Amino acid sequence: MSALPTRKDEAWRYSDMAAVAALWPPQPARLISVPAGEARADVLRVTEGGIHDLRVELGAGARLNLALLVQSASYARVALVAHLKAGASLDFGGVLLGAGAVVQEIVTDIRHDEPDAESRQRVRVVIDERAVGTYLGRIAVARDAQRTDAAQSARALVLKRTATANLKPELEIYADDVKCAHGCTVGELDKAGLFYLQSRGVPRPEAEALLTRAFVADAFAGLEDAAAREALEAETARWLEARA
Amino acid sequence: MLEITNLHATVGEREILKGLTLSVKAGEVHAIMGPNGAGKSTLAHVLAGREGYEVTKGSAHFEGRDLLDMEPHERAAAGLFLGFQYPVEIPGVSNLLFLRTAMNAQRKLRGEAEISGAEFMKKVKAESATLGLDMDMLKRGVNVGFSGGEKKRNEAFQLGMLEPKFALLDETDSGLDIDALRIVSEGINRFRSAERAVLLITHYQRLLDHVRPDVVHVLAKGRIVESGGPELALRLEAQGYEGLAA
Ligand SMILES: Nc1ncnc2c1ncn2[C@@H]1O[C@H](COP(=O)(O)OP(=O)(O)OP(=O)(O)O)[C@@H](O)[C@H]1O
Ligand SMILES: [Mg+2]
Repeated sequence: MSALPTRKDEAWRYSDMAAVAALWPPQPARLISVPAGEARADVLRVTEGGIHDLRVELGAGARLNLALLVQSASYARVALVAHLKAGASLDFGGVLLGAGAVVQEIVTDIRHDEPDAESRQRVRVVIDERAVGTYLGRIAVARDAQRTDAAQSARALVLKRTATANLKPELEIYADDVKCAHGCTVGELDKAGLFYLQSRGVPRPEAEALLTRAFVADAFAGLEDAAAREALEAETARWLEARA
Repeated sequence: MLEITNLHATVGEREILKGLTLSVKAGEVHAIMGPNGAGKSTLAHVLAGREGYEVTKGSAHFEGRDLLDMEPHERAAAGLFLGFQYPVEIPGVSNLLFLRTAMNAQRKLRGEAEISGAEFMKKVKAESATLGLDMDMLKRGVNVGFSGGEKKRNEAFQLGMLEPKFALLDETDSGLDIDALRIVSEGINRFRSAERAVLLITHYQRLLDHVRPDVVHVLAKGRIVESGGPELALRLEAQGYEGLAA
């Protein structure tokens, strides 16, 4: 059993340590394994607090489309470690919705162990009130993982300035022929867009919800299953309605 | 229909409108011209209720209601439409969703039933066809990837869809090509009726060649400094704003 982490561990820097101590030790990681050449899609919804460890293993040429929605009332951490073999492809869309004083985290560690694999990550963090939303995204490219194509986009939307967003990319690249695009932005709702909507007759809370839904929808854009995508979007809409 | 009396407004710490008085009756078309920075768009934003534009003195009434006491969306539902000088891009919200949300929000506030999907699409097709906005564009994010002229066509399209009572058009003609200017002008002329009114903010006589105004005003340094008939616009075109009473 591993020892209780502390704030000194980079991966737990923003965690709610009291909650972590109460939850320790976590359940063993849930395994999502896609055999060589196969394709899978998975949707995970985390509505309960807790430490959720996921281990993803993609065989040569395997494809995984993974969507994650975190919206818990108490401390939640979803930590995903993915190993990609040659030519594998991972598409990950993660959304974190936080209100009240909740601390929520998505931690990804994408390991390009072999050449020619591709990873796409889009993480959208929406936080309100005094919530803390954290995304730690590590991408590790092994020495012989040439022609790796990794993209990571993380954006946080701060609905109230009392909320806190932490977005931290971490790249560890040991191969030389690698494409690795990443971007992090923290912002608020666009005032001009809100006024444009209001001037056309949409009340302020509805205008905010509409812009927030659009912000979140980005993350699920990679989901090929339209019904699953719509279900996640509807879930987001319900969350927004509840806070309006 | 619109009664503005001695309006003073500040943006940030600066007073931009300094005692503006203007009255537009139902059935009329007024044009406001004036130098860059005079306060024309500020007036438009104050009337639409934009945050950060503070009225320090004076009043504005729309059909007898105190406009300044209403939220922006309430002003829209009451029938006030602002065509933006710089239309806003909203990625991720399609033009169609934007319009349908707006229409239904207005209807709800007025106590009317929602528009049905079929009725909405029928209207979209009718209104968009003449403006050269195709379905692919309308399915895109609001104004995303639209050229300057296309954004202005989109404002005209929204005017046609929302059917307000009062159209306040801030340089809707700027950026339009010759054909689009004619088409948008025809739209404004169709919009004209005894129950409606139009306030055109423009720099160009060419719009007023198509849409003949009843009254032309000159706004300079935050006030209406001169008003007259269509001939005033022609005189400005020839002489410029120099030498106007300030
Ligand atoms: N947000 C703002 N903060 C400070 N000053 C502003 C702001 N918005 C407008 N102003 C100033 O207010 C003045 C009036 O601007 P406004 O946009 O109303 O002019 P306008 O008459 O519409 O000009 P144009 O013909 O160029 O469109 C300008 O001097 C402008 O710089
Ligand atoms: Mg202007």
